[in-house]
Amino acid sequence: MPAGSFAVLVGPSGCGKSTLLRTANRLVVPTTGRVTLDSVDVASLEPTQLRRSIGYAIQAVGLFPHMTVSRNVAVVPELLGWTRDEIAVRVDELLALVDLDPTRYRDRYPRELSGGEAQRVGVARAIAARPRLLLMDEPFGAVDAIVRTSLQDELLRIARSLATTVLFVTHDVDEALRLADRLVVMREGRIVREGTPVAVLEDPQDGYVRDLFGDDETRAFRLQRARRALPA
Amino acid sequence: MNYLFSHLDRVAQLGGAHLLLVAVALVLATAIALPLGVVAARSNRIQTPLLGVLGAIYTIPSLALLAVLVTWIGLGFATVLIALVAYGQFVLVRNIAAGIRAVPPAAVDAARGLGFSSQQRLRQIELPLALPAILGGLRIAAVSMIAIATLAAYVGAGGLGTLIFEGLAFHQPQRILAGSVCAMLLAVVIDALFRLAEKRATRYRVAA
Repeated sequence: MPAGSFAVLVGPSGCGKSTLLRTANRLVVPTTGRVTLDSVDVASLEPTQLRRSIGYAIQAVGLFPHMTVSRNVAVVPELLGWTRDEIAVRVDELLALVDLDPTRYRDRYPRELSGGEAQRVGVARAIAARPRLLLMDEPFGAVDAIVRTSLQDELLRIARSLATTVLFVTHDVDEALRLADRLVVMREGRIVREGTPVAVLEDPQDGYVRDLFGDDETRAFRLQRARRALPA
Repeated sequence: MNYLFSHLDRVAQLGGAHLLLVAVALVLATAIALPLGVVAARSNRIQTPLLGVLGAIYTIPSLALLAVLVTWIGLGFATVLIALVAYGQFVLVRNIAAGIRAVPPAAVDAARGLGFSSQQRLRQIELPLALPAILGGLRIAAVSMIAIATLAAYVGAGGLGTLIFEGLAFHQPQRILAGSVCAMLLAVVIDALFRLAEKRATRYRVAA
């Protein structure tokens, strides 16, 4: 996967998307094969050091309920030993980046956030220490459709501005098409098709992949939309 | 209650000794229960037999346990201390393990994924989130230790039980009453203090 790309793993539940994602930061250790990051085998790296250099956001968010928003966002910089001042500046910067007013949200507890707000904080926490790779496992799966669309827009904007490589897991085909510049279709633990959304829709190469994107009419509509989304 | 008011100095002194005994026992018991609770939370194979053994100790009549300990160790402070620490283990280990197990799995997954070491995760995430349950265990352990510690006088370790045993020996119900009421008051106050601490430890759950 080239650096700076936005790759989306898509497929039905249980097809191995999350497992594949979790091999990248050694939460799952593959029995065979290697995972390399900047051509270094992750198995040769110390797991906690590796994970601190990789952003991690999940569907359940997993904010730490006993910490305020700012302390949640600050955890990785703190683990990395940043100074107090650096952290304070970075926290405000990140909250603004995910469209949360720092003065209003800094001292709130996760309990006091809506689902969408919590997910924004989760994204801010994941990118706090400027990771070279961002892993996202269905991060918008639990929020309603309208909030999800705005979160997707913001994520695209943030990913472009940070030039971070993103590996994103979803079972939502439209979300995958919308975000990906590289689409990876999975089935039963295997990658069955890989390419740009337009390429995959134009030529699914496989009955399973074709059906995943709907009947002929739906697919044509999705292809049209994907072409339109391409930068002119 | 006449004895209580006419001998306030002595009652206060015995109460102080009682409290000291329970405090030392509680600190020691927690120091032992903390690692046991963490290990129990990590493994069912350890938790089940461990709580079985500690539960069995918890059901031994305290007088019997003290009598056995006296034949081994003799009379005195240490004997009561060991008995109190042994009694405290069941409640403390059970609550520590339950508190850690109740930490939201998503918070644990996030902590792992963000690069906390297992020590950092324990100290910064799991123990703070288990704190209300741990304080609940401390509260119950402290209250039961205050009651059991009245037997300390029986093995020469003093405390409010002294008044109860004197009352029994000299047929002076006043002394029995004074000792019992003070022990009960102590238990009520300690219970209230721990409840307050539990409330403070869960403020983030209801923060406005």
